[in-house]
Amino acid sequence: MADPMTALNLRINGEERRVLSPTHHTLLEVLREECSLTGTKHGCELGECGVCTVLVDGQPVLSCLVLAAEVEECAIETVEGMQRGNELHPLQSTFADLGAAQCGYCTPGILLTAQALIADNPQPSDGEIREALSGNLCRCTGYHKIIEAVRWAAALERGEADAKPPSEALYGSPLPRISPPSAQEEDPRQEKG
Amino acid sequence: MKRFEGLEKLTGRTLFIDDLPLENCLWGATVRSPAARGTIRQVRVPNHLEGSGLVLVDHRDLPGPNVVSLITDDWPILAAETVRHRYEPVMLVAAESRAAARRAAAQIEVVVDPLPAALDFRQTPTAEQIQVGDDNVLKQLKIERGEVDEALAAAPIVVEGEYETGAQEHVYLEPQGMAAWLDGEVVVVHGSLQCPYYVESALTRALDLPAERVRVIQAATGGGFGGKEDFPSIVAIHAALLAIKAQRPIKLIYDRGEDMAATTKRHPAWIRHRTGLSEEGQILAHDIEVVLDGGAYVTLSPVVLSRGMIHAAGPYACDHVRIRGRAMMTNSVPFGAFRGFGAPQTLFAIERHMDVIAKQIGVDPVKLRRLNLLTDGQATATGQVIDDGTDRQQVLSRALDLSRFTYKRSQHTAFNAEHAYLRRGIGLACFFHGAGFTGSGERAMKSLLHVAGLADGRVEVLSASTEIGQGTTTIFTQIAADQLRLDPEQILIAQPDTWRVPDNGPTVASRTTMVVGRLIERACDNLRERVGLDAAATGTELQAALVAWHEEHPDEELLGSARYQQPPGIEWDDETYRGDAYSAYGWATYVAEVEVDLRTYTARVIDFVAVQEIGKVLNETLARGQIQGGVVQGIGWALLEECRWQEGGMANHQLTNYIIPTSDDVPSIRVAFLENPYPHGGQGAKGIGELPLDGPAPAIFNAVAAATGVDPRVLPLVPERLMELIEQ
Ligand code: FES
Ligand code: FES
Repeated sequence: MADPMTALNLRINGEERRVLSPTHHTLLEVLREECSLTGTKHGCELGECGVCTVLVDGQPVLSCLVLAAEVEECAIETVEGMQRGNELHPLQSTFADLGAAQCGYCTPGILLTAQALIADNPQPSDGEIREALSGNLCRCTGYHKIIEAVRWAAALERGEADAKPPSEALYGSPLPRISPPSAQEEDPRQEKG
Repeated sequence: MKRFEGLEKLTGRTLFIDDLPLENCLWGATVRSPAARGTIRQVRVPNHLEGSGLVLVDHRDLPGPNVVSLITDDWPILAAETVRHRYEPVMLVAAESRAAARRAAAQIEVVVDPLPAALDFRQTPTAEQIQVGDDNVLKQLKIERGEVDEALAAAPIVVEGEYETGAQEHVYLEPQGMAAWLDGEVVVVHGSLQCPYYVESALTRALDLPAERVRVIQAATGGGFGGKEDFPSIVAIHAALLAIKAQRPIKLIYDRGEDMAATTKRHPAWIRHRTGLSEEGQILAHDIEVVLDGGAYVTLSPVVLSRGMIHAAGPYACDHVRIRGRAMMTNSVPFGAFRGFGAPQTLFAIERHMDVIAKQIGVDPVKLRRLNLLTDGQATATGQVIDDGTDRQQVLSRALDLSRFTYKRSQHTAFNAEHAYLRRGIGLACFFHGAGFTGSGERAMKSLLHVAGLADGRVEVLSASTEIGQGTTTIFTQIAADQLRLDPEQILIAQPDTWRVPDNGPTVASRTTMVVGRLIERACDNLRERVGLDAAATGTELQAALVAWHEEHPDEELLGSARYQQPPGIEWDDETYRGDAYSAYGWATYVAEVEVDLRTYTARVIDFVAVQEIGKVLNETLARGQIQGGVVQGIGWALLEECRWQEGGMANHQLTNYIIPTSDDVPSIRVAFLENPYPHGGQGAKGIGELPLDGPAPAIFNAVAAATGVDPRVLPLVPERLMELIEQ
């Protein structure tokens, strides 16, 4: 049984594309299957995980929940379009520097959500970053490196060159690394506070 | 040092298995049992599907035995006469599109005549529910040291407690998936997996093929956490069977609902403690019982049970210890490997129990732990004398300092007296985690690893250890580069492919950096020797020697190799469960600060401190990532993640009602490392991957108890449960 097909005109990463796809295909399916843009992932296809996030006219959209036919005429941005020529997008480079992509499966969706946030709010607070990303699940990182990378990228976009977080700031407090343990002077049984 | 494989992942170029273009492929889907237990009367394939070009596979299509054997021969690949859990695979279909395959699978009906199911692992099964032996016990173990009954009888104080933990779903963000195709006579399987050689041995057996005719290649893998240790063998065989029958390439990719319903999870557990103590709180005797829900088939339950039991008495000294454990068969999805592997369950129990003891005998919980923490020269439950030079009191002190434990406690008292509906509390957990396989596991595995010296002077690490997000690629590059004094750019890491890399064991048990990392160092030394250089050679000298060697030996392979050698002085007896259970342990103290809202009965973690001694920290970025990620997974297990069961099946198999932590739920997590290099680990490292799952749950429960005065013992502490406790 052949599925009914539709011809669509889509604008993806600044490029006009004419694609023939089954009428019921979601934007996610059209991107991955008809356009071979597999950087956009699927994790649930029910709007629950955020790994399929793309930008539609600059706004983050769960591509598993919209039909491709609904976004004709719109500007669609995927992770494949984030690089600026040969340069990485600041978010890509801060994520790389801070190890904010572990398995990497959540990363494309998070990068795009963050891109929209920074475009909208050049100086987001940690709370605003957390809130913006709260629909994008990540099971590997515990989120902290991601939040830090977004904050740093926002600073880069504002033209602040020296915004790299000092390593302590990454984790909220100084990080003692003691080696070997016997080098410590204080009596370990003396509890302070 | 940064991650080396990062850029591909950041530009969308990394190909996970579903991203792989596969010419002319069909899509697979799985037909599953609707019942927890029963006899299959019929598999009804509607007429319009028969002869529609659909490819159908059932157990009769298996060339070899219908079993995946991790430990015991009992896990069917496709159910034949009977089913033992809901969502058990019965039939496979392949069609021209993913949607068509799913549609067809949904129309095929498995008719089951039900039989009485064993659904509660805590209850003694009735005669009709018995399916394994005469008691449904999958595995039973005992650890015993000293005179427990006498010591308990003589102890001035005995404190008892029962604790329970629920199942946990892995929720790796990339669902299970495999591609399979035929390359002439060879069956190739490519997919999302942790352990290529587990999959290879499962395939050769099920397909009745020699190893030369099976090739397993790992694709980029979107998280594993243990969930891609055992289950991928099933998916791989399913994909291969369809590819053989269809004579076309197959993609078999699970959707989220199917993945959550049908794949293995963390074992639920019930644990009872009877502890004999002196008046001051010194532990005189431990009598511990551990019962795990093993689910429908054995999978890895015996080793999960043994790791759980070995950790059950916590990092404390005690001469009289008895730990009895069993894993029960039930008619639910088989429980399997999950980060921590039994230890999070038993460490939750002992660390919650320590606070229960402290309260009951009126001793400060910190003092109670200080009094009992192992010091060098003292022995663990299995009689392993700890002598690694780590000051465990120091680990505890550092966590108390960083969290300002004592100060916070007094602040909370004032806060709680004032506030109308918020209650704050702080709690801690001291724990340890054995790195590498349990007991004689590493010795039996005899891991082999090669590094290849290439003709252009670069060096390639040939290892079956997989990158699943934890940073294997980066760590291996770093270890090989340091050992050979080369730039990281001169090191290649081979994609795990059973035709190219030797078997250096599975990527599990926090063993990759410690055990396999050490093999890389030794294989690098061996490579240098093979080209006539000694350890003083510079990288430039080495590269010149590699090039020269290849000029003299055109078309030959130049390998440096290493095989696992057990560190000296390690003794383990599998029969008596006595001896050195692990060659090294990570030691940790975690502190959680929580806020309970009495209006909504929700507990929220507002601050978290994780201090650990894990040998040498090879890469701070990766190590912190592992700890923070593990802590958040542990917070989820403690407070949010509840598998709700209906007739042995997970009822909430969606991310809308199985809740994992989001960026909005995580507290600040301060991570600190103390370093005591381990001489037999790669660059001095001990295992780290699983440790962070052990500590959050008990620390959080102890904090909730401190905040509210209730005594929570059943995990997860979802609002319904907390409400019951507070209202009582
Ligand atoms: S695939 Fe999960 S939200 Fe779209
Ligand atoms: S990096 Fe693995 S899910 Fe986020």
